[in-house]
Amino acid sequence: MASTTQISPARPRIAVLGAGHVGTAFARVAVDAGYDVSIAASGDPERIALIAQILTPGAAPRWAVDAVTASDIVVLAIPLHRFAAFDPSLVRGKIVIDLMNYWAPIDGVQTMFEDPRYGSSEIVQHRLADSTVVKAFNHIGYHELESERREPGSPDRRALGVASDDPAALDTVATLVDRIGYDVIRLDSLRAGRVFEPGGPVFGVLVNYEEFEDAVERRVAA
Amino acid sequence: MNTPSTFPLVLGLDTFGDVTSDADGHPLSHAQTIRDIVEQGVLADSVGVDYFGIGEHHTDDFPLSAADVVLGAIAARTQKIRLGSAVTVLSSDDPVRVFQRYSTLDAISGGRAEVILGRGSSVDSFPLFGYNLSDYEELFEEKTNLFAELLKGSPVTWQGRTRAALTNQDVVPHTEHGPFPTWIGVGGSPQSVVRAARYGFSLMLAIIGGSPARFAPFAGLFHEALEHFGRPLLPIGVHSPGHIAGTDEQAQAEFWPRYLEVISHVSKTRGFAVPSKASFDHEIGPEGALYVGSPETVAQKIAANLPALGANRFDLKYAMGGLSQEKLMTNIELYGTQVIPRVRELLG
Repeated sequence: MASTTQISPARPRIAVLGAGHVGTAFARVAVDAGYDVSIAASGDPERIALIAQILTPGAAPRWAVDAVTASDIVVLAIPLHRFAAFDPSLVRGKIVIDLMNYWAPIDGVQTMFEDPRYGSSEIVQHRLADSTVVKAFNHIGYHELESERREPGSPDRRALGVASDDPAALDTVATLVDRIGYDVIRLDSLRAGRVFEPGGPVFGVLVNYEEFEDAVERRVAA
Repeated sequence: MNTPSTFPLVLGLDTFGDVTSDADGHPLSHAQTIRDIVEQGVLADSVGVDYFGIGEHHTDDFPLSAADVVLGAIAARTQKIRLGSAVTVLSSDDPVRVFQRYSTLDAISGGRAEVILGRGSSVDSFPLFGYNLSDYEELFEEKTNLFAELLKGSPVTWQGRTRAALTNQDVVPHTEHGPFPTWIGVGGSPQSVVRAARYGFSLMLAIIGGSPARFAPFAGLFHEALEHFGRPLLPIGVHSPGHIAGTDEQAQAEFWPRYLEVISHVSKTRGFAVPSKASFDHEIGPEGALYVGSPETVAQKIAANLPALGANRFDLKYAMGGLSQEKLMTNIELYGTQVIPRVRELLG
Protein backbone atom coordinates (compact mmCIF):
# COMPACT_ATOMS: atom_id res chain seq x y z
CA MET A 1 0.00 0.00 0.00
CA ALA A 2 1.24 3.50 -0.78
CA SER A 3 2.33 5.01 2.52
CA THR A 4 1.71 8.65 1.73
CA THR A 5 -0.67 9.95 -0.86
CA GLN A 6 -0.31 13.65 -1.66
CA ILE A 7 -3.67 15.36 -1.80
CA SER A 8 -4.23 18.86 -3.07
CA PRO A 9 -5.37 20.84 -0.05
CA ALA A 10 -8.80 22.21 -0.95
CA ARG A 11 -10.81 19.67 -2.88
CA PRO A 12 -9.10 16.60 -4.24
CA ARG A 13 -9.66 15.96 -7.93
CA ILE A 14 -11.76 12.92 -8.74
CA ALA A 15 -11.56 10.53 -11.68
CA VAL A 16 -14.60 8.30 -12.15
CA LEU A 17 -13.79 5.14 -14.07
CA GLY A 18 -16.99 3.83 -15.58
CA ALA A 19 -19.76 5.77 -17.31
CA GLY A 20 -22.63 3.38 -16.57
CA HIS A 21 -25.51 4.00 -14.21
CA VAL A 22 -23.26 4.03 -11.15
CA GLY A 23 -20.41 6.11 -12.58
CA THR A 24 -22.69 8.81 -13.98
CA ALA A 25 -24.70 9.07 -10.75
CA PHE A 26 -21.50 9.38 -8.73
CA ALA A 27 -20.01 11.96 -11.09
CA ARG A 28 -23.13 14.14 -10.78
CA VAL A 29 -23.15 14.25 -6.99
CA ALA A 30 -19.38 14.84 -6.88
CA VAL A 31 -19.71 17.80 -9.28
CA ASP A 32 -22.57 19.14 -7.15
CA ALA A 33 -20.34 18.85 -4.08
CA GLY A 34 -17.85 21.18 -5.73
CA TYR A 35 -15.21 18.71 -6.81
CA ASP A 36 -13.21 18.75 -10.03
CA VAL A 37 -14.45 15.58 -11.72
CA SER A 38 -13.48 13.74 -14.87
CA ILE A 39 -15.14 10.61 -16.19
CA ALA A 40 -13.75 7.81 -18.33
CA ALA A 41 -14.99 4.59 -19.86
CA SER A 42 -12.86 2.04 -21.65
CA GLY A 43 -11.43 3.64 -24.77
CA ASP A 44 -12.02 6.90 -26.57
CA PRO A 45 -13.78 9.63 -24.52
CA GLU A 46 -15.64 10.56 -27.70
CA ARG A 47 -17.74 7.44 -27.09
CA ILE A 48 -19.12 8.86 -23.84
CA ALA A 49 -19.19 12.52 -24.90
CA LEU A 50 -22.99 12.58 -25.25
CA ILE A 51 -23.53 10.76 -21.98
CA ALA A 52 -21.20 13.15 -20.16
CA GLN A 53 -22.73 16.23 -21.77
CA ILE A 54 -26.29 15.33 -20.81
CA LEU A 55 -25.97 13.20 -17.68
CA THR A 56 -22.86 14.55 -15.98
CA PRO A 57 -22.54 18.20 -16.97
CA GLY A 58 -19.39 19.60 -15.40
CA ALA A 59 -17.52 16.28 -15.46
CA ALA A 60 -15.02 16.17 -18.31
CA PRO A 61 -14.87 12.99 -20.42
CA ARG A 62 -11.26 11.83 -20.74
CA TRP A 63 -9.15 8.83 -21.59
CA ALA A 64 -8.86 6.74 -18.41
CA VAL A 65 -5.11 7.28 -18.10
CA ASP A 66 -5.48 11.08 -18.45
CA ALA A 67 -8.34 11.20 -15.96
CA VAL A 68 -6.39 9.19 -13.40
CA THR A 69 -3.13 11.11 -13.87
CA ALA A 70 -4.89 14.40 -13.17
CA SER A 71 -6.69 13.08 -10.09
CA ASP A 72 -6.17 12.41 -6.39
CA ILE A 73 -9.09 10.04 -5.93
CA VAL A 74 -10.14 7.35 -8.38
CA VAL A 75 -13.67 5.98 -8.18
CA LEU A 76 -13.85 2.46 -9.50
CA ALA A 77 -17.34 2.23 -11.00
CA ILE A 78 -16.78 -0.65 -13.38
CA PRO A 79 -18.78 -3.89 -13.38
CA LEU A 80 -17.15 -6.20 -10.86
CA HIS A 81 -16.68 -8.92 -13.43
CA ARG A 82 -14.34 -6.59 -15.33
CA PHE A 83 -12.07 -6.08 -12.33
CA ALA A 84 -9.96 -9.18 -12.99
CA ALA A 85 -8.82 -7.56 -16.25
CA PHE A 86 -8.25 -4.11 -14.68
CA ASP A 87 -4.61 -2.93 -14.78
CA PRO A 88 -3.46 -2.09 -11.22
CA SER A 89 -0.64 0.13 -12.51
CA LEU A 90 -3.24 2.59 -13.84
CA VAL A 91 -4.15 3.69 -10.29
CA ARG A 92 -0.75 3.34 -8.60
CA GLY A 93 -0.33 5.81 -5.73
CA LYS A 94 -3.98 6.91 -5.79
CA ILE A 95 -6.78 6.68 -3.30
CA VAL A 96 -9.24 4.26 -4.88
CA ILE A 97 -12.88 4.30 -3.79
CA ASP A 98 -14.27 0.81 -4.25
CA LEU A 99 -18.04 0.99 -4.55
CA MET A 100 -18.37 -2.41 -6.21
CA ASN A 101 -20.20 -5.37 -4.70
CA TYR A 102 -19.84 -9.05 -5.30
CA TRP A 103 -23.13 -10.85 -5.63
CA ALA A 104 -22.67 -14.12 -7.49
CA PRO A 105 -26.31 -14.51 -8.64
CA ILE A 106 -25.93 -11.22 -10.53
CA ASP A 107 -22.23 -11.10 -11.41
CA GLY A 108 -21.83 -14.79 -12.08
CA VAL A 109 -19.24 -16.66 -10.02
CA GLN A 110 -16.01 -14.62 -10.00
CA THR A 111 -13.23 -16.91 -8.79
CA MET A 112 -11.13 -13.99 -7.51
CA PHE A 113 -13.92 -12.95 -5.13
CA GLU A 114 -14.82 -16.43 -3.93
CA ASP A 115 -12.24 -16.43 -1.10
CA PRO A 116 -14.28 -16.63 2.13
CA ARG A 117 -11.40 -15.25 4.19
CA TYR A 118 -11.75 -11.77 2.74
CA GLY A 119 -14.36 -9.15 1.94
CA SER A 120 -14.55 -7.94 -1.66
CA SER A 121 -12.73 -4.66 -0.91
CA GLU A 122 -9.90 -6.53 0.81
CA ILE A 123 -9.51 -8.56 -2.36
CA VAL A 124 -9.52 -5.34 -4.40
CA GLN A 125 -6.83 -3.93 -2.08
CA HIS A 126 -4.67 -7.05 -2.45
CA ARG A 127 -4.78 -6.66 -6.20
CA LEU A 128 -4.28 -2.86 -6.15
CA ALA A 129 -1.31 -3.23 -3.82
CA ASP A 130 0.19 0.15 -4.72
CA SER A 131 -3.05 2.07 -4.17
CA THR A 132 -5.00 2.95 -1.03
CA VAL A 133 -8.43 1.37 -1.20
CA VAL A 134 -11.39 2.92 0.60
CA LYS A 135 -14.71 1.07 0.74
CA ALA A 136 -17.61 3.51 0.43
CA PHE A 137 -20.88 4.14 -1.42
CA ASN A 138 -21.38 0.41 -2.04
CA HIS A 139 -24.40 -0.06 0.20
CA ILE A 140 -26.63 2.69 -1.20
CA GLY A 141 -28.43 2.28 -4.51
CA TYR A 142 -27.11 4.53 -7.27
CA HIS A 143 -30.61 5.88 -7.77
CA GLU A 144 -30.82 6.86 -4.10
CA LEU A 145 -27.38 8.45 -4.00
CA GLU A 146 -28.77 11.67 -5.47
CA SER A 147 -32.27 11.83 -4.01
CA GLU A 148 -31.26 11.06 -0.41
CA ARG A 149 -28.65 13.83 -0.05
CA ARG A 150 -29.34 16.27 2.79
CA GLU A 151 -27.68 19.31 4.33
CA PRO A 152 -25.63 18.71 7.49
CA GLY A 153 -27.86 18.71 10.54
CA SER A 154 -31.03 17.81 8.63
CA PRO A 155 -33.17 15.54 10.81
CA ASP A 156 -33.58 13.01 8.00
CA ARG A 157 -29.93 12.97 6.92
CA ARG A 158 -28.78 9.44 6.11
CA ALA A 159 -25.46 7.86 7.03
CA LEU A 160 -22.99 6.10 4.75
CA GLY A 161 -20.14 3.86 5.82
CA VAL A 162 -16.50 4.50 4.95
CA ALA A 163 -13.85 1.87 5.65
CA SER A 164 -10.12 1.87 5.00
CA ASP A 165 -6.88 0.62 6.49
CA ASP A 166 -5.36 4.09 5.89
CA PRO A 167 -6.50 6.86 8.31
CA ALA A 168 -5.59 9.74 5.97
CA ALA A 169 -7.48 8.26 3.04
CA LEU A 170 -10.38 7.53 5.36
CA ASP A 171 -10.46 11.24 6.31
CA THR A 172 -10.35 12.38 2.70
CA VAL A 173 -13.23 10.15 1.63
CA ALA A 174 -15.22 10.90 4.80
CA THR A 175 -15.05 14.59 3.88
CA LEU A 176 -16.26 13.76 0.38
CA VAL A 177 -19.20 11.75 1.75
CA ASP A 178 -20.16 14.62 4.05
CA ARG A 179 -19.90 17.23 1.28
CA ILE A 180 -22.03 15.07 -1.01
CA GLY A 181 -24.72 15.04 1.67
CA TYR A 182 -24.42 12.17 4.13
CA ASP A 183 -23.29 11.57 7.70
CA VAL A 184 -20.28 9.30 7.97
CA ILE A 185 -19.77 6.07 9.85
CA ARG A 186 -16.01 5.38 9.92
CA LEU A 187 -14.59 1.90 10.21
CA ASP A 188 -10.83 1.69 10.50
CA SER A 189 -10.21 -1.34 8.34
CA LEU A 190 -11.43 -2.86 5.10
CA ARG A 191 -11.96 -6.02 7.09
CA ALA A 192 -14.46 -4.23 9.31
CA GLY A 193 -16.04 -2.79 6.16
CA ARG A 194 -17.39 -6.21 5.30
CA VAL A 195 -20.40 -5.18 7.34
CA PHE A 196 -21.44 -2.94 4.37
CA GLU A 197 -21.59 -5.89 1.97
CA PRO A 198 -24.69 -7.45 0.36
CA GLY A 199 -26.62 -9.45 2.92
CA GLY A 200 -25.31 -7.26 5.74
CA PRO A 201 -27.45 -5.06 7.99
CA VAL A 202 -27.07 -1.77 6.08
CA PHE A 203 -26.94 -3.00 2.49
CA GLY A 204 -29.66 -1.31 0.46
CA VAL A 205 -31.28 0.05 3.61
CA LEU A 206 -31.55 3.78 4.22
CA VAL A 207 -30.49 4.43 7.80
CA ASN A 208 -29.48 7.45 9.84
CA TYR A 209 -26.33 7.69 11.94
CA GLU A 210 -27.76 6.09 15.08
CA GLU A 211 -29.48 3.28 13.22
CA PHE A 212 -26.29 2.59 11.31
CA GLU A 213 -24.19 2.46 14.48
CA ASP A 214 -26.69 0.16 16.14
CA ALA A 215 -26.75 -2.16 13.16
CA VAL A 216 -22.96 -2.34 12.98
CA GLU A 217 -22.61 -2.88 16.73
CA ARG A 218 -25.19 -5.64 16.70
CA ARG A 219 -23.32 -7.33 13.88
CA VAL A 220 -19.95 -7.04 15.63
CA ALA A 221 -21.43 -8.37 18.88
CA ALA A 222 -23.07 -11.32 17.14
CA MET B 1 -39.32 17.94 -25.88
CA ASN B 2 -41.18 14.76 -26.67
CA THR B 3 -44.66 15.37 -25.32
CA PRO B 4 -47.72 13.17 -25.55
CA SER B 5 -48.81 15.36 -28.44
CA THR B 6 -45.75 14.48 -30.53
CA PHE B 7 -46.78 10.84 -30.60
CA PRO B 8 -50.13 9.26 -29.82
CA LEU B 9 -50.68 8.44 -26.16
CA VAL B 10 -50.33 4.68 -25.61
CA LEU B 11 -51.52 3.00 -22.41
CA GLY B 12 -50.65 -0.65 -22.03
CA LEU B 13 -50.30 -3.52 -19.58
CA ASP B 14 -47.34 -5.79 -18.92
CA THR B 15 -47.10 -9.05 -17.01
CA PHE B 16 -44.13 -11.22 -16.08
CA GLY B 17 -46.42 -14.23 -15.89
CA ASP B 18 -46.41 -14.21 -12.10
CA VAL B 19 -48.02 -17.37 -10.72
CA THR B 20 -51.53 -16.52 -9.54
CA SER B 21 -53.37 -17.99 -6.55
CA ASP B 22 -56.78 -19.55 -6.13
CA ALA B 23 -59.41 -18.03 -3.85
CA ASP B 24 -57.77 -19.66 -0.81
CA GLY B 25 -54.36 -18.23 -1.61
CA HIS B 26 -52.81 -21.45 -2.93
CA PRO B 27 -50.56 -21.07 -5.97
CA LEU B 28 -52.07 -22.32 -9.22
CA SER B 29 -50.21 -24.57 -11.63
CA HIS B 30 -47.98 -23.11 -14.34
CA ALA B 31 -50.45 -24.38 -16.94
CA GLN B 32 -53.44 -22.67 -15.28
CA THR B 33 -51.44 -19.46 -14.79
CA ILE B 34 -50.68 -19.41 -18.52
CA ARG B 35 -54.30 -20.07 -19.51
CA ASP B 36 -55.33 -17.26 -17.17
CA ILE B 37 -52.90 -14.89 -18.88
CA VAL B 38 -54.57 -15.59 -22.22
CA GLU B 39 -57.89 -14.56 -20.64
CA GLN B 40 -56.25 -11.44 -19.21
CA GLY B 41 -54.99 -10.46 -22.66
CA VAL B 42 -58.42 -11.01 -24.21
CA LEU B 43 -60.06 -8.88 -21.51
CA ALA B 44 -57.46 -6.14 -21.97
CA ASP B 45 -58.42 -5.94 -25.66
CA SER B 46 -62.13 -5.78 -24.92
CA VAL B 47 -61.76 -2.89 -22.43
CA GLY B 48 -59.62 -0.78 -24.76
CA VAL B 49 -56.08 -1.31 -23.48
CA ASP B 50 -53.59 -0.34 -26.22
CA TYR B 51 -50.83 -2.88 -25.58
CA PHE B 52 -50.38 -6.21 -23.82
CA GLY B 53 -46.78 -7.21 -23.09
CA ILE B 54 -45.28 -10.34 -21.57
CA GLY B 55 -41.85 -10.32 -19.94
CA GLU B 56 -39.73 -13.42 -20.46
CA HIS B 57 -38.84 -15.20 -17.21
CA HIS B 58 -37.64 -18.69 -16.42
CA THR B 59 -38.41 -19.40 -12.77
CA ASP B 60 -40.95 -21.38 -10.78
CA ASP B 61 -42.75 -18.22 -9.69
CA PHE B 62 -42.57 -16.61 -13.18
CA PRO B 63 -43.06 -19.53 -15.61
CA LEU B 64 -43.58 -17.38 -18.72
CA SER B 65 -40.57 -18.53 -20.74
CA ALA B 66 -42.28 -18.66 -24.14
CA ALA B 67 -44.10 -15.33 -24.23
CA ASP B 68 -44.63 -15.34 -28.00
CA VAL B 69 -46.68 -18.57 -27.86
CA VAL B 70 -49.04 -17.01 -25.32
CA LEU B 71 -49.20 -13.83 -27.40
CA GLY B 72 -50.14 -15.92 -30.44
CA ALA B 73 -53.09 -17.36 -28.53
CA ILE B 74 -54.19 -13.89 -27.49
CA ALA B 75 -53.73 -12.61 -31.05
CA ALA B 76 -56.14 -15.23 -32.36
CA ARG B 77 -58.88 -14.00 -30.02
CA THR B 78 -58.42 -10.23 -30.21
CA GLN B 79 -58.84 -7.48 -32.80
CA LYS B 80 -57.20 -4.28 -31.80
CA ILE B 81 -54.71 -4.58 -28.96
CA ARG B 82 -51.01 -4.50 -29.83
CA LEU B 83 -49.03 -7.47 -28.55
CA GLY B 84 -45.39 -7.86 -27.65
CA SER B 85 -42.66 -8.67 -25.20
CA ALA B 86 -41.75 -6.77 -22.04
CA VAL B 87 -38.93 -7.71 -22.39
CA THR B 88 -37.28 -10.28 -24.63
CA VAL B 89 -33.87 -11.10 -23.14
CA LEU B 90 -32.07 -10.76 -26.46
CA SER B 91 -28.60 -11.32 -24.96
CA SER B 92 -29.37 -14.99 -24.31
CA ASP B 93 -31.59 -15.56 -27.35
CA ASP B 94 -30.94 -15.93 -31.06
CA PRO B 95 -31.91 -12.72 -32.88
CA VAL B 96 -32.92 -14.75 -35.94
CA ARG B 97 -35.38 -16.78 -33.86
CA VAL B 98 -36.70 -13.70 -32.08
CA PHE B 99 -37.31 -12.07 -35.44
CA GLN B 100 -39.01 -15.21 -36.76
CA ARG B 101 -41.23 -15.62 -33.71
CA TYR B 102 -42.37 -12.00 -33.67
CA SER B 103 -42.81 -11.74 -37.43
CA THR B 104 -44.99 -14.84 -37.08
CA LEU B 105 -46.94 -13.08 -34.31
CA ASP B 106 -47.17 -10.07 -36.61
CA ALA B 107 -48.71 -12.32 -39.28
CA ILE B 108 -51.21 -13.97 -36.90
CA SER B 109 -52.27 -10.66 -35.39
CA GLY B 110 -52.51 -8.74 -38.64
CA GLY B 111 -49.61 -6.39 -37.91
CA ARG B 112 -50.02 -5.89 -34.16
CA ALA B 113 -46.65 -7.26 -33.00
CA GLU B 114 -43.96 -5.29 -31.18
CA VAL B 115 -40.74 -6.25 -29.44
CA ILE B 116 -39.06 -4.72 -26.42
CA LEU B 117 -35.46 -5.90 -26.28
CA GLY B 118 -33.63 -6.16 -22.98
CA ARG B 119 -30.03 -6.77 -22.02
CA GLY B 120 -30.37 -8.94 -18.97
CA SER B 121 -33.23 -8.26 -16.59
CA SER B 122 -33.97 -11.95 -16.14
CA VAL B 123 -30.53 -13.34 -15.37
CA ASP B 124 -31.84 -16.91 -15.18
CA SER B 125 -31.79 -17.23 -18.96
CA PHE B 126 -27.99 -16.97 -19.20
CA PRO B 127 -26.98 -20.26 -17.55
CA LEU B 128 -30.10 -21.94 -18.96
CA PHE B 129 -29.00 -21.29 -22.54
CA GLY B 130 -25.27 -21.64 -21.92
CA TYR B 131 -24.26 -17.98 -21.82
CA ASN B 132 -21.91 -16.32 -19.39
CA LEU B 133 -23.57 -13.46 -17.55
CA SER B 134 -20.28 -11.54 -17.62
CA ASP B 135 -20.62 -11.28 -21.41
CA TYR B 136 -24.05 -9.61 -21.36
CA GLU B 137 -22.79 -6.29 -22.70
CA GLU B 138 -21.06 -7.73 -25.77
CA LEU B 139 -23.89 -10.21 -26.34
CA PHE B 140 -26.51 -7.48 -26.27
CA GLU B 141 -24.58 -5.09 -28.49
CA GLU B 142 -23.91 -7.70 -31.19
CA LYS B 143 -27.37 -9.19 -31.09
CA THR B 144 -29.04 -5.79 -31.22
CA ASN B 145 -26.91 -5.05 -34.25
CA LEU B 146 -28.07 -8.26 -35.95
CA PHE B 147 -31.69 -7.64 -34.96
CA ALA B 148 -31.55 -4.20 -36.59
CA GLU B 149 -30.25 -5.85 -39.79
CA LEU B 150 -33.01 -8.47 -39.72
CA LEU B 151 -35.67 -5.76 -39.39
CA LYS B 152 -34.47 -4.16 -42.61
CA GLY B 153 -35.69 -7.29 -44.41
CA SER B 154 -34.03 -10.08 -46.34
CA PRO B 155 -31.53 -10.89 -47.65
CA VAL B 156 -29.37 -10.46 -44.55
CA THR B 157 -25.60 -10.48 -44.46
CA TRP B 158 -23.99 -10.22 -41.04
CA GLN B 159 -21.05 -11.47 -39.07
CA GLY B 160 -20.02 -11.28 -35.43
CA ARG B 161 -18.50 -13.25 -32.59
CA THR B 162 -21.58 -14.42 -30.74
CA ARG B 163 -23.41 -16.19 -33.53
CA ALA B 164 -22.82 -17.90 -36.87
CA ALA B 165 -22.48 -15.47 -39.79
CA LEU B 166 -25.27 -14.95 -42.32
CA THR B 167 -24.61 -14.44 -46.02
CA ASN B 168 -27.43 -13.23 -48.25
CA GLN B 169 -29.74 -15.17 -46.01
CA ASP B 170 -33.47 -15.09 -46.56
CA VAL B 171 -35.07 -15.00 -43.08
CA VAL B 172 -38.77 -15.81 -43.04
CA PRO B 173 -41.59 -15.04 -42.56
CA HIS B 174 -41.25 -11.66 -44.26
CA THR B 175 -43.29 -8.98 -42.53
CA GLU B 176 -46.30 -7.63 -44.35
CA HIS B 177 -45.89 -3.94 -43.60
CA GLY B 178 -42.18 -3.43 -42.99
CA PRO B 179 -40.41 -3.67 -39.65
CA PHE B 180 -42.56 -4.05 -36.53
CA PRO B 181 -42.01 -1.48 -33.76
CA THR B 182 -38.92 -2.29 -31.72
CA TRP B 183 -37.98 -0.79 -28.38
CA ILE B 184 -35.05 -1.15 -26.06
CA GLY B 185 -35.89 -1.57 -22.39
CA VAL B 186 -33.54 0.43 -20.17
CA GLY B 187 -33.27 0.05 -16.42
CA GLY B 188 -30.58 2.65 -15.80
CA SER B 189 -27.76 2.13 -18.27
CA PRO B 190 -26.90 5.29 -20.22
CA GLN B 191 -25.14 3.17 -22.85
CA SER B 192 -28.41 1.38 -23.54
CA VAL B 193 -30.13 4.74 -24.12
CA VAL B 194 -27.49 5.71 -26.66
CA ARG B 195 -27.66 2.25 -28.21
CA ALA B 196 -31.43 2.57 -28.75
CA ALA B 197 -30.88 5.88 -30.53
CA ARG B 198 -28.03 4.51 -32.63
CA TYR B 199 -30.23 1.72 -34.01
CA GLY B 200 -33.34 3.86 -34.27
CA PHE B 201 -35.28 1.90 -31.67
CA SER B 202 -37.72 3.52 -29.28
CA LEU B 203 -36.88 3.87 -25.60
CA MET B 204 -38.76 2.05 -22.84
CA LEU B 205 -37.71 3.17 -19.36
CA ALA B 206 -38.21 0.48 -16.72
CA ILE B 207 -38.79 2.44 -13.51
CA ILE B 208 -39.33 -0.11 -10.76
CA GLY B 209 -38.12 1.75 -7.69
CA GLY B 210 -37.28 5.25 -6.55
CA SER B 211 -38.20 8.59 -8.02
CA PRO B 212 -39.45 8.59 -11.64
CA ALA B 213 -38.06 12.11 -12.05
CA ARG B 214 -34.49 10.83 -11.95
CA PHE B 215 -35.11 9.27 -15.36
CA ALA B 216 -35.91 12.63 -16.97
CA PRO B 217 -32.28 13.20 -18.07
CA PHE B 218 -32.50 9.94 -20.04
CA ALA B 219 -35.15 11.51 -22.27
CA GLY B 220 -32.76 14.39 -22.93
CA LEU B 221 -29.93 11.96 -23.63
CA PHE B 222 -32.14 9.96 -26.01
CA HIS B 223 -33.16 13.05 -27.98
CA GLU B 224 -29.61 14.35 -28.15
CA ALA B 225 -28.37 10.95 -29.29
CA LEU B 226 -31.09 10.64 -31.96
CA GLU B 227 -30.02 14.00 -33.34
CA HIS B 228 -26.37 12.98 -33.16
CA PHE B 229 -27.08 9.86 -35.23
CA GLY B 230 -29.28 11.79 -37.66
CA ARG B 231 -32.44 9.95 -36.75
CA PRO B 232 -35.99 11.32 -36.44
CA LEU B 233 -37.64 11.76 -33.05
CA LEU B 234 -38.89 8.47 -31.57
CA PRO B 235 -41.35 7.61 -28.81
CA ILE B 236 -40.40 7.14 -25.16
CA GLY B 237 -42.33 4.81 -22.86
CA VAL B 238 -42.40 4.09 -19.14
CA HIS B 239 -42.90 0.67 -17.54
CA SER B 240 -43.71 0.57 -13.82
CA PRO B 241 -45.37 -1.88 -11.43
CA GLY B 242 -48.71 -1.35 -9.75
CA HIS B 243 -52.16 -2.56 -8.87
CA ILE B 244 -55.63 -1.04 -9.21
CA ALA B 245 -58.73 -1.78 -7.14
CA GLY B 246 -61.93 0.09 -6.28
CA THR B 247 -60.34 2.24 -3.59
CA ASP B 248 -56.82 3.21 -2.51
CA GLU B 249 -57.22 1.25 0.71
CA GLN B 250 -58.35 -1.88 -1.08
CA ALA B 251 -55.59 -1.70 -3.70
CA GLN B 252 -52.93 -1.25 -1.00
CA ALA B 253 -54.35 -4.03 1.17
CA GLU B 254 -54.33 -6.44 -1.77
CA PHE B 255 -50.96 -5.46 -3.17
CA TRP B 256 -48.71 -4.86 -0.12
CA PRO B 257 -48.59 -8.44 1.29
CA ARG B 258 -47.88 -9.85 -2.17
CA TYR B 259 -45.25 -7.19 -2.91
CA LEU B 260 -43.56 -7.85 0.44
CA GLU B 261 -43.46 -11.57 -0.22
CA VAL B 262 -42.25 -11.35 -3.82
CA ILE B 263 -39.58 -8.70 -3.21
CA SER B 264 -38.39 -10.45 -0.04
CA HIS B 265 -37.97 -13.62 -2.06
CA VAL B 266 -36.19 -11.82 -4.90
CA SER B 267 -33.95 -10.02 -2.39
CA LYS B 268 -32.39 -13.34 -1.38
CA THR B 269 -31.00 -13.87 -4.85
CA ARG B 270 -30.53 -10.32 -6.09
CA GLY B 271 -29.27 -8.37 -3.11
CA PHE B 272 -32.26 -6.02 -2.88
CA ALA B 273 -33.32 -4.74 0.50
CA VAL B 274 -36.51 -6.21 1.94
CA PRO B 275 -39.19 -3.49 1.67
CA SER B 276 -40.69 -1.95 4.80
CA LYS B 277 -44.18 -0.48 5.10
CA ALA B 278 -42.51 2.95 5.19
CA SER B 279 -40.55 2.32 1.98
CA PHE B 280 -43.74 0.97 0.37
CA ASP B 281 -45.72 4.06 1.37
CA HIS B 282 -43.00 6.18 -0.20
CA GLU B 283 -43.05 4.12 -3.43
CA ILE B 284 -46.82 4.49 -3.88
CA GLY B 285 -46.63 8.25 -3.26
CA PRO B 286 -45.80 10.93 -5.83
CA GLU B 287 -42.03 10.43 -5.39
CA GLY B 288 -42.13 6.67 -5.85
CA ALA B 289 -42.26 4.18 -8.71
CA LEU B 290 -45.36 2.14 -7.81
CA TYR B 291 -48.86 2.85 -9.20
CA VAL B 292 -51.10 1.38 -6.52
CA GLY B 293 -54.56 2.70 -5.74
CA SER B 294 -57.97 3.62 -7.08
CA PRO B 295 -58.37 4.39 -10.80
CA GLU B 296 -58.25 8.12 -10.02
CA THR B 297 -55.02 7.85 -7.97
CA VAL B 298 -53.27 5.79 -10.63
CA ALA B 299 -54.52 7.99 -13.48
CA GLN B 300 -53.30 11.15 -11.73
CA LYS B 301 -49.85 9.67 -11.19
CA ILE B 302 -49.52 8.51 -14.81
CA ALA B 303 -50.69 11.88 -16.07
CA ALA B 304 -48.17 13.66 -13.85
CA ASN B 305 -45.20 11.50 -14.76
CA LEU B 306 -45.51 11.11 -18.54
CA PRO B 307 -44.96 14.80 -19.37
CA ALA B 308 -42.22 15.05 -16.73
CA LEU B 309 -40.36 12.23 -18.46
CA GLY B 310 -41.05 13.35 -22.02
CA ALA B 311 -42.92 10.09 -22.54
CA ASN B 312 -46.06 9.31 -24.55
CA ARG B 313 -46.52 5.74 -23.42
CA PHE B 314 -47.15 4.03 -20.09
CA ASP B 315 -47.22 0.27 -19.51
CA LEU B 316 -48.47 -0.81 -16.10
CA LYS B 317 -46.82 -3.99 -14.89
CA TYR B 318 -49.80 -5.56 -13.11
CA ALA B 319 -50.06 -9.06 -11.57
CA MET B 320 -47.82 -9.20 -8.53
CA GLY B 321 -47.32 -12.90 -7.78
CA GLY B 322 -49.93 -14.51 -5.56
CA LEU B 323 -52.84 -12.20 -6.44
CA SER B 324 -55.92 -14.07 -7.59
CA GLN B 325 -57.16 -14.21 -11.17
CA GLU B 326 -60.30 -12.39 -10.08
CA LYS B 327 -58.30 -9.45 -8.69
CA LEU B 328 -56.16 -9.29 -11.81
CA MET B 329 -59.24 -9.23 -14.04
CA THR B 330 -60.69 -6.40 -11.92
CA ASN B 331 -57.40 -4.55 -12.21
CA ILE B 332 -57.45 -4.89 -16.02
CA GLU B 333 -61.06 -3.84 -16.28
CA LEU B 334 -60.55 -0.75 -14.11
CA TYR B 335 -57.43 0.16 -16.08
CA GLY B 336 -59.25 -0.07 -19.40
CA THR B 337 -62.59 1.44 -18.45
CA GLN B 338 -61.51 4.13 -15.97
CA VAL B 339 -57.77 4.80 -15.83
CA ILE B 340 -57.18 5.04 -19.59
CA PRO B 341 -60.05 7.44 -20.34
CA ARG B 342 -59.10 9.54 -17.30
CA VAL B 343 -55.43 9.80 -18.34
CA ARG B 344 -56.53 10.79 -21.86
CA GLU B 345 -58.76 13.44 -20.34
CA LEU B 346 -56.04 14.76 -18.02
CA LEU B 347 -53.47 14.95 -20.80
CA GLY B 348 -56.14 16.10 -23.28
